[in-house]
Amino acid sequence: MGRYVIRRLLQMVPVFIGSTFLIFFMVYALGDPVAAMFGDRAPDPATAAQIRADLYLDQPLWKQYLHYMGQIFQGNFGTAFNGQPVTELMAAAFPVTLRLTLVAILIEMIAGILLGVFSGLRRGRAVDTSVLVFTLVVVSVPTFVSGYVLQFLLGVKWGWVKPAVSIDAPLGELLLPGVVLALVSLAYVTRLTRTSIAENARADYVRTAIAKGLPRHRVITRHLLRNSLIPVVTFIGTDIGALMGGAIVTERIFNIHGVGFQLYQGILRQNSPTVVGFVTILVLVFLFANLIVDLLYAVLDPRIRYA
Amino acid sequence: MRAATHAKWATGALSFALVATACGGGVGSGSEDPGVVSASWGDPQNPLEPANTNEVQGGKVLEMIFRGLKRYNPRTGAAQNVIADRIDTKDSQHYTVTLKPGWTFSNGEKVTAKSFVDAWNYGALLGNSQRNASFFQYIDGYDRVHPQHGAAKAKTMSGLKVVSPTEFTVKLNQKFSSWPDTLGYSAFMPLPRTFYSHHDAWVKKPVGNGPYVVESYTKGSAMKLRKWAKYPGSDKARNDGIDLRVYTDNNSAYTDLQAGNLDLVDDIPATQLKNVRQDLGDRYLNQPAGVIQTLTVPIYDKAWNKPGMDKVRRGISMAIDRASITKEIFRDTRTPATDWTSPVLKTQGGYKAGLCGTACEFHPKEAKALIKEGGGLPGGKMTLAYNADTGSHKDWIDAICNSINNTLGNDKACVGAPVGTFADFRNRISARKMAGPFRAGWQMDYPLIQDFLQPMYYTNASSNDGKFNNQDFDKLVNEANAATDTRTAIGKFQDAEKILAEQMPAVPLWYQNGSGGYSQRIGNVSLNPFSVPVYNEIKVI
Amino acid sequence: MPDHVPDEAITHGDGGAAALAIGAAESLERTPGTGPGGAPTGRARSLWRDAWHDLRRNPVFVVSALIILFLVVIAIRPQLIADGNPYRADLAKAQAGPEPGHPFGFDTQGRDVYTRVVYGARASITVGVCATAGVALLGSLLGGLAGFFGGWWDTLLSRLADIFFGIPVILGGLVFLSVVTSSTVWPVIGFIVLLGWPQIARIARGAVFTAKQNDYVQAARALGAGNGRMLLRHIAPNAVAPVIVVATIALGTYISLEATLSYLGAGLKPPTVSWGIDISAASTSIRNAPHMLLWPAGALSVTVLAFIMLGDAVRDALDPKLR
Repeated sequence: MGRYVIRRLLQMVPVFIGSTFLIFFMVYALGDPVAAMFGDRAPDPATAAQIRADLYLDQPLWKQYLHYMGQIFQGNFGTAFNGQPVTELMAAAFPVTLRLTLVAILIEMIAGILLGVFSGLRRGRAVDTSVLVFTLVVVSVPTFVSGYVLQFLLGVKWGWVKPAVSIDAPLGELLLPGVVLALVSLAYVTRLTRTSIAENARADYVRTAIAKGLPRHRVITRHLLRNSLIPVVTFIGTDIGALMGGAIVTERIFNIHGVGFQLYQGILRQNSPTVVGFVTILVLVFLFANLIVDLLYAVLDPRIRYA
Repeated sequence: MRAATHAKWATGALSFALVATACGGGVGSGSEDPGVVSASWGDPQNPLEPANTNEVQGGKVLEMIFRGLKRYNPRTGAAQNVIADRIDTKDSQHYTVTLKPGWTFSNGEKVTAKSFVDAWNYGALLGNSQRNASFFQYIDGYDRVHPQHGAAKAKTMSGLKVVSPTEFTVKLNQKFSSWPDTLGYSAFMPLPRTFYSHHDAWVKKPVGNGPYVVESYTKGSAMKLRKWAKYPGSDKARNDGIDLRVYTDNNSAYTDLQAGNLDLVDDIPATQLKNVRQDLGDRYLNQPAGVIQTLTVPIYDKAWNKPGMDKVRRGISMAIDRASITKEIFRDTRTPATDWTSPVLKTQGGYKAGLCGTACEFHPKEAKALIKEGGGLPGGKMTLAYNADTGSHKDWIDAICNSINNTLGNDKACVGAPVGTFADFRNRISARKMAGPFRAGWQMDYPLIQDFLQPMYYTNASSNDGKFNNQDFDKLVNEANAATDTRTAIGKFQDAEKILAEQMPAVPLWYQNGSGGYSQRIGNVSLNPFSVPVYNEIKVI
Repeated sequence: MPDHVPDEAITHGDGGAAALAIGAAESLERTPGTGPGGAPTGRARSLWRDAWHDLRRNPVFVVSALIILFLVVIAIRPQLIADGNPYRADLAKAQAGPEPGHPFGFDTQGRDVYTRVVYGARASITVGVCATAGVALLGSLLGGLAGFFGGWWDTLLSRLADIFFGIPVILGGLVFLSVVTSSTVWPVIGFIVLLGWPQIARIARGAVFTAKQNDYVQAARALGAGNGRMLLRHIAPNAVAPVIVVATIALGTYISLEATLSYLGAGLKPPTVSWGIDISAASTSIRNAPHMLLWPAGALSVTVLAFIMLGDAVRDALDPKLR
């Protein structure tokens, strides 16, 4: 077990270097960010050259990358073009996105598992079919469409919630964006639970439990659900890492100043310190989430052992 | 047993996450302060140093926390003395600036001649990488502190001399009669000593001499400005403060205004313009601003500059149904352009309606004939480039293309060519990689006709993106700048504009209005000619 | 189980990323390495026959297959059901509602929404089909080799997949849009393949890995069968089913991804007509002209739904445990 974890941790190093370089290269490929700093006006060449020198942009790509990585290992993530250290941006953005992610995960867990259990237990019946169709419809609507529609209906037309989230992003205001963000994953959780429940409902241990005369709710909660949730829990585990970086659309629609917002802003301004810094953290979160999920398998399913 | 341990870890991690996030929330939100106005904002791109701010979002803050020698009247646009008592000259080249007494920065420091001279020297010095350095280029000695190549040869400009705490002299490197009128631009603001001595702290929380002070600044999301009670000027804030909130999507800001969570937006999304009267009634602002939109033609490209192409360019201009587009797409927040300046200059400032003549009117038949006569579109088709990341450029670019296509009877003659980011868009323009006309929006720096013509169409001028090159045009501009009489100067500038009407290096589209809306909580809201809200005049009802 | 690592990484987020995630989600249902241990020996051929037998009687399959057939036909010849011109614009009709001859109304540019919805099918379905084909080919090739050979090749591939998972979809999209200036569907397809292959690769890897453990494969190896023969004759037929299933489902979500890319300014470009372009243009006009959003979004949803239902039906048919 310990050896396995160490091996996985060691493997993260090349992945980390590979993805940071890839991101670095992509932002670099977008072109020179300096021109945009002057708005619709052509930059004064001397000033532009000076800014390039200040930002280390006059060096070849590999030197820029080494310089940047050197800084990162000293805990310095560089400075955004507006003069703010990227670490400060992170300190402001990550808690907001983490809250949004938690709201989304809670929603998809509660709603998804409930729907999944219902339809799994009534496989092939009307309930099952309607849940199936519902989840498929949800998957087939792009997030920005459901986002704008719900924002307009709930936020403006009926006035039930605030249409945009305020700076501090309190949990209450994150409910609607959380639902929008959760919608796609919700469908997956529902379907995973459904399949898993349907499979296990016919397993011998469930039949035994029923034969013993245990009450139905006890069979479902103690035996069936516990065993069926392994794939669901692991899915949600990896989802945390991915939701955090993937909320660009949701954060934009609801004006949430989180990771997606900073990434989008950074990409538009071709601000490599911001983009590379945020993606670096996301890659780390993602790698650790992956590792934890793999370990969770072993915890939840005694048949798996890691050497 | 092992499983149990892991489960504990998992619970521990989860509760840690919950605690961490709970701590992040619950810091008082919004502006509960009854006298404070909340307004939409965009994240300023550069640090808020006066000589480093060249876009409107940072400009909003500078307008609130700084006052300079002059200020452009929020209604008329005229440059009026604020801190300057007098700016005297005998030869349009040597100026003596005398300051009014009694001005201080909000930290108590006096505003003196040195506050200006040091700030201007700081802004011009190459090593400080200030985006607006070129605004100091007319001051004698600029070429030594900001050489085109190599490091600076001097720290200060020889043309600036402090005579006394209330007087300094300026020597320009050329005659420039309207130079004093440029001094309302934010690059010319004075700076306190703490700007140099505690620069990082200053950038985090700027200190100025305007009617507001910065109470707190969270970069990327919000700034709280409060009324400075001891502000010595006559234009005191009429509210207790302004809370600026960053929105990335102007549509979210508008929905927040509708829901009553925001008091003021200064950019109504194009898609909401249809409802804005119904939503806001008379709380909707639609005022002319010093912005003109054009389609710049890449004159540097042989295909667009061979003999006969002037006819094609004029034909394109005549194929655009400006009236329908401004009505249907912009809902009259734009006015079809008939010259290359802006109505905010007023007739006495050089604006002349109809100067462009038929070339800026919609005449589909003549347009088709002219384009054919001139040899047709290069390769039979054209693209209109724009940046897809900000604004709703796609709608109007597509509408222009449709208008051209309808005129030519060819569905694919003109297509929009989106460029992903504004930075990339500007890079392609600078690198002369544009294969066809591209969108250009010019916001004036100061309300002078010179600012609408020289930077864009004079040979090798800083924003001459299409590389238009015409000796007659240059000659007329030179004559206009040398003229001491304003009317003669304006006449020369307008003669130069007539050359643009023949050559059509940039197709004038429309004059842009500032548009905005506000909540029932506030009143006395207006936009200045730079389409920035006049924050200090807003009253909370 | 000596060295097997369940290695489903799921990249996932709103809109775009979700499309790339669905494969993994489905693969989790099968929980390779922990689950059933592969198809029983020697069922390769009858599995397909059984499946087809089931499918023909499954109304879900029949309905979705018919919808897809219809969509493919109008994608090839939109003129069959629309005689208008998708580019013809009349600003005077901007955002106008339905009228005789224009059942779906007009968009902001005054173009006929019905005609555009019909003509938009081509680009959207091309993106879906070609991207899926590319993802399936590249993914199963790389994943299959990783699963078969294992060892350092497997490690290398899994880590390479991790690298691609870490990239935000929009960053990739914007880079593609700025570097590739073509206005065809190919840059978008290439982009989806580039970011989507790891998903299929993981599934193929898991399936091949499981198939490799089967007794009959071990027997073939003992009898001296070469690597190539083993892969083609014994392993591939067993491993291809999960890939097909996931690919069908992913196809629907790639179509939806194109719309999200368009929304972020990184999708298809005019003069291409696509649902994604029209949906993103309409998304902020919900209030004034809901019909502009409703029809293309409806068409997209029905298409995505049809492909997902098809994939679902195929999966049920191919899964012996659910029989």
